[in-house]
Amino acid sequence: MPGFVETFFNLEIMRAALPYLLQGLGTTLLLVLLVVPLGIAGGLAVALLYRSPRRRVRWPLILYVDFFRAFPPLVLLIFLYAGLPFAGIEIGAFTAVAIGFFLNNSAYYGEVLRAGIESVPRGQWEAARSTGLSAPRAMLWVVLPQAVRNVLPDLVGNTLEVVKLTSLASVVALPELLFAARQAQSLTYNPSPIVLAAIIYLVLLWPFVRLLSRLEHRMLVSR
Amino acid sequence: MNAWDRFAATFLDTDVMARYLPDIAAGFATTVWLALLVVLAGLALGLALALLRSLRFRPLSALIVLHVDLFRALPPLVVIVLLYFAMPNAGWSPSGFVATWLALTLVLSAFAEEIFWGGILSVPKGQWEAARSTGLGFLATLTWVVLPQAIRVTIPPLTNRTIAITKGTALGSVVAVSEILASAQTAVSFSFNPSPLTLGAAAYVVLFFPVVLFGRWVETRFAWKR
Repeated sequence: MPGFVETFFNLEIMRAALPYLLQGLGTTLLLVLLVVPLGIAGGLAVALLYRSPRRRVRWPLILYVDFFRAFPPLVLLIFLYAGLPFAGIEIGAFTAVAIGFFLNNSAYYGEVLRAGIESVPRGQWEAARSTGLSAPRAMLWVVLPQAVRNVLPDLVGNTLEVVKLTSLASVVALPELLFAARQAQSLTYNPSPIVLAAIIYLVLLWPFVRLLSRLEHRMLVSR
Repeated sequence: MNAWDRFAATFLDTDVMARYLPDIAAGFATTVWLALLVVLAGLALGLALALLRSLRFRPLSALIVLHVDLFRALPPLVVIVLLYFAMPNAGWSPSGFVATWLALTLVLSAFAEEIFWGGILSVPKGQWEAARSTGLGFLATLTWVVLPQAIRVTIPPLTNRTIAITKGTALGSVVAVSEILASAQTAVSFSFNPSPLTLGAAAYVVLFFPVVLFGRWVETRFAWKR
């Protein structure tokens, strides 16, 4: 049996697989740039609509959020990718991922932003309005900045989860980082490309995990 | 035939559903079993790590932080793929079930450690000092004074995180664990009809929706009293 280093950290194979993995990383980053803003926009819509005094507006929103918190994103993705074609709706892997992640992420971001907006005292809104700011301006310049500050750790944490979630796209053959690594592994019969992919994820996400830890501890101390 | 009938005939074919119900039910049992094992082992390991960290022995704390950071940064699917497809090269071939269980347990333990540790830190230092000065030992202080207060603040975030990670059992379908999603996908390819997928989706909602509602209740029940 070949040695541990030769098996898992085979530099020759890693070097050969690197261009392919970097291409996968490019797709992963593209996916992140697409699904994070979409998810935040959807979540903001959920959070703002939730301010409605009408119960028949708030109720479906809670249902929407709780449904997607209960529904595994992979199941949603498979349903869109493998189920919809039976109804004559052919959507590619990229569209399936974009729609599935939008539904899932907007629920999670919605819950975070809703909690943020609720954490800002009502007086802030009233004071802003009474100085003559219009409702959208009061929301944009007075309430939202404080709301975002109050839930910043959750917002960063959720975004981290979204980035990690993009690895699910490999299951529907979207050539992102994990998919590229699996391909390289099956071509070389060696697990080094997967180890390399894991290292790339670590290098990419570790700074954000550290940042998150610091934010969380600061929130604890400030209480 | 209008659009709804066509939709129902495709996605809600009761014949197909009835035929594959036993398979999906077996998958349901596997998912529940896997989820329970992940929750038990993940929370226990997370709590153990947080308690070890409270000893404040530097080298040990550094190792724990390394473990936590590692499994908070790596996507769970990458961990599963590493265990299932890479470990056999080292002479250990875990089954898909074991690979999924171990990966999700490690991920949950990392998040749980961080939440428990945050809870322990949130207990004011005076509580420690007061308990120790009454003659309680380190372990007794931790068990009877600090942990009961710490657990209280950790319950809402812990519930949400546990639900999110437990949903990851669906990832087992990638490494041939015949849980709900995999059973449904197999049934779809045999029947060439997506109704089993609808049934599988319904099974997930039946399983996790009450848990999410429970989480919401916990959130209000244990809310910070300010």
